[in-house]
Amino acid sequence: MDGIHDMGGMQGWGTVAIDPDEPVFREPWHGRAFAMGAMSMGLSGTNLDAFRHGLERLHPYDYLVDGYYGRWLACAETLLVDSGVLAPGAVEARARNLTGETVDEPADVEENKPVYERGGAGSLREIDEVPAFSPGDRVRAKDMRTGGHTRMPGYIRGRTGTVRALRPAALLPDTNAHFLGENPQHVYTVEFDSTELWGPDAEAAALRIDLFESYLEAT
Amino acid sequence: MADTNTTDRLPPAVRTEALESLLTERGLVKSEVLDGFINRFVNDVGPMNGAKVVAKAWTDPDYRQHLLADGTGAIKELGFAGPQGEHIVVVENSDDVHNVVVCTLCSCYPWPVLGLPPEWYKDPAYRSRMVREPRTLLSEMGLDLDDDVEVRVWDSSAENRYLVLPQRPEGTDDLSEEELAALVTRDAMVGVAKVGAT
Repeated sequence: MDGIHDMGGMQGWGTVAIDPDEPVFREPWHGRAFAMGAMSMGLSGTNLDAFRHGLERLHPYDYLVDGYYGRWLACAETLLVDSGVLAPGAVEARARNLTGETVDEPADVEENKPVYERGGAGSLREIDEVPAFSPGDRVRAKDMRTGGHTRMPGYIRGRTGTVRALRPAALLPDTNAHFLGENPQHVYTVEFDSTELWGPDAEAAALRIDLFESYLEAT
Repeated sequence: MADTNTTDRLPPAVRTEALESLLTERGLVKSEVLDGFINRFVNDVGPMNGAKVVAKAWTDPDYRQHLLADGTGAIKELGFAGPQGEHIVVVENSDDVHNVVVCTLCSCYPWPVLGLPPEWYKDPAYRSRMVREPRTLLSEMGLDLDDDVEVRVWDSSAENRYLVLPQRPEGTDDLSEEELAALVTRDAMVGVAKVGAT
């Protein structure tokens, strides 16, 4: 989906500063939100791709307002509510009660975890198909548009590059995130010249990105 | 699309506490398990792991070759594996090529060797600009590269995770592997800095 998460090439965000003394978790809640976010995939019966899509589905304000761990927290809640592990509004009501208000908490709802087949642990798979592309091949990133999850960022759509490496086959996030099948595919590292992406005045650089076979077409 | 609550939302600390209390009272998580998970990433998994990998590669040519050919396997030899490390690719900096890693779509990062990503790596400015104006951004972050150095930016968009093998600084011939590891920084292993001799 074309969302706030697809940040490659966006402008207007200013600069970054490195804090050499940054702790792993700046606030105690960061660590707990991280741990519960990581556990939310198993608890909701979903998967890593669904988690990433959960992040993308947050309203842009919610995506940004409380930073990285804020979005992990919000995403955990999204997945747990989607799967019926928690009722909509349960976290908000409990939080209000923890802050001294007295509000009714919603009754539990029926669990609604996704039903789908998994081909094993992790994301990598062995597949028998012969790779469609080889290192050195010129390929174009398809001009794909989807309202669902994809790992093809907008900034390379329609651009032409060169295959640099074949990586281990992996399950396709575009379908796995929606519990529509793992569809494992070959994955390629493709290099795009900066001028192909950003025009003739671009800074000299080579952008290398990992793309699933179905994202690519021969030129 | 999830609804948002922009006006009356409670702060994230209390929403985190609320989520934990809901999950613990249902027996779905135990607070001690969360504590253990957090402690692992605070104490055991971090850039000190990657630094050991780099120092070994600097001092052991066979290991360096193995590392560049099979990052995951060579890293596992040192005992480092786990989530976000299913397939780790090590890319080597040289006088001619400088590698730098980003994840524009989220904040993918090689946890087993670097731990959790720092704030700058997750910052929208880093995620948006590293693929578009890497030289300018690196310069703003304190790393100026000569024009004749090729900049390779790796956008971690699938399940491969990238670790930069920095150049060994000059004047370190007499240092032990352990002393070398102490010089290697997280920032150098992402590619936004070089390793200095002191």
